[in-house]
Amino acid sequence: MIAFNHVTKSFSEDNIAVKDVNLTVEKGHIVVLLGPSGCGKTTLLRMVNRLESISNGEIMINNKNSMELDAIELRRNIGYVIQSNGLFPNMTIEDNVMIVPDLLGWSKQKKRERFTYLMKLIGLDAQDYRKRYPHELSGGQQQRIGVIRALAADPPVMLMDEPFGALDPIIREKIQDEFLQIQREVKKTILFVSHDIDEAIKMADKIVLMRDGEIMQYDTPSEMLAHPKNEYVSKFFGKDRALKSLSLHTVKNLQDIIGLAPIDATIRDTKTIHVHQDLRTTLSMLMNQEADQVVVTNDQDENIGSITIDHVQKYLHFEIKGELSVSQEG
Amino acid sequence: MGIYYLSMQVLEGGFTLEEWLRFLEVNTPRILELTLDHAVLVTIAIVVALIIGVPMGIYLTTNEYLAGTILQAASITLTIPSIALFGLMIPIFSLINQGIGFLPAFVALVLYSQLPIIRNTYTAIKNVDPNMRDAAIGMGMKTHQRLLRVEIPNALPVIMAGIRTAVVLNIGIGVIAAYIGAGGLGVLITQGISRGDNYLIISGSLAVALLAIVADAILLLIQKRFTTKEIVN
Ligand SMILES: Nc1ncnc2c1ncn2[C@@H]1O[C@H](COP(=O)(O)OP(=O)(O)OP(=O)(O)O)[C@@H](O)[C@H]1O
Ligand SMILES: [Mg+2]
Repeated sequence: MIAFNHVTKSFSEDNIAVKDVNLTVEKGHIVVLLGPSGCGKTTLLRMVNRLESISNGEIMINNKNSMELDAIELRRNIGYVIQSNGLFPNMTIEDNVMIVPDLLGWSKQKKRERFTYLMKLIGLDAQDYRKRYPHELSGGQQQRIGVIRALAADPPVMLMDEPFGALDPIIREKIQDEFLQIQREVKKTILFVSHDIDEAIKMADKIVLMRDGEIMQYDTPSEMLAHPKNEYVSKFFGKDRALKSLSLHTVKNLQDIIGLAPIDATIRDTKTIHVHQDLRTTLSMLMNQEADQVVVTNDQDENIGSITIDHVQKYLHFEIKGELSVSQEG
Repeated sequence: MGIYYLSMQVLEGGFTLEEWLRFLEVNTPRILELTLDHAVLVTIAIVVALIIGVPMGIYLTTNEYLAGTILQAASITLTIPSIALFGLMIPIFSLINQGIGFLPAFVALVLYSQLPIIRNTYTAIKNVDPNMRDAAIGMGMKTHQRLLRVEIPNALPVIMAGIRTAVVLNIGIGVIAAYIGAGGLGVLITQGISRGDNYLIISGSLAVALLAIVADAILLLIQKRFTTKEIVN
């Protein structure tokens, strides 16, 4: 757990990057710091592992005041991922990933096992990549290595500063999914910086929306989309925030509330969509008229019904009016 | 400087290829011996300069305040004309009866190499990608771990470039050492000038140039040997 109590950071008298921030990040949650460039996201993040000093207030990490902990010790217990991935070009992939375990004095055997395990998590062959150098990897691979490097010594807390920022949209989504999968397994307490609304909605248990160093709203993505606290928040998420909130719901949620339509066996031009797919993707499929009928499949790959634009519209209508309170996870 | 006198003399005196070959036949052992003297003087000076300069440059990256002053002082040293610096050494070392010979020449060369070595080391480390430094600190490396594992390895090409500059510079300036009796290839050139002997001047100058080229090539090889591909680029 990370708690910010009245945390302020001023670089000079008239350059105050973070103003009186109060915030608690629950154990095992991903909290996304969201906001425009220069609003203080990075600064807030870097105060946690003391890369920036705290001008006022305190940060508690698992109920211990960060300033009373040894800085080196503290940092080795916090995974840190930066946007440019910060891999060291002079070290092999294995050496890069095993930096913190090495600093902690792990045995060679233990390091090798851990490396193999971590590479498996991101679907790369440990033997194949062990002796390679970062420049021999694609941007997406480097970013993944950056992520498992932060996970290497199994720290309870992770700080991630736009970890997937430099990637193209397709790879980016893939890595986001992969990371969420990993998070389900490792359950870290994560502070995650992003300036991408869709990424925030997708990754966050809770979002911190910031402006000029201040918190505008701290809520779950669906709550923030459905009930923006002030004009800044609603403007930030835009007129299409109802549509954005669709990505928080799955076909399964819709089925549970309003059910699906039967399958019309006479229509030949059909496409299938998985029941755990989110509704935003489903809607764009329906709107693009990629097929005459969209059939929903379940985990056993059985067809369980079909879905139309009318269904989604109805669901949206209920959801936005707040008549439904569907939990975030499908 | 040698080159300048060389061109003047060649215009005045005579020079034929056959004569020169005959000259080389007779004088090669002496030229080689002087080349070796020259190389030894420069090598010892560079080694000592490295022992002082590299740690100094590294240290300065952790002390901004001192960095400005020291880099300034090293810059000034380099602006002193070499012949003047050698001249300055004579009265100073006369105090310990070493006014001429190896010691003053050696000290002058060490001083001359300080700027390229300290400055390149300092800048090289300062210029390591700040994201990399950040990552190193953020992962809990101590200062010496960060320097040894991240900053120095990634700064190595630029540090080596400074060393190469210093070596080539010293091989050239080392010629002046002959004027204060420290031997080396400068002897050929000074003798050539005073005797009006073009063959001495040309042979001496060529030997200096060859020595510089060979030394630079060797250092380049060493540099490539110790850096991975990406850092070199
Ligand atoms: N080292 C520093 N010295 C002075 N001012 C700084 C420093 N670091 C950040 N700032 C200022 O603090 C404010 C917040 O910067 P910060 O980097 O935290 O923004 P950010 O939200 O991460 O922006 P971005 O999305 O562009 O990364 C900015 O106005 C910036 O100019
Ligand atoms: Mg930032």
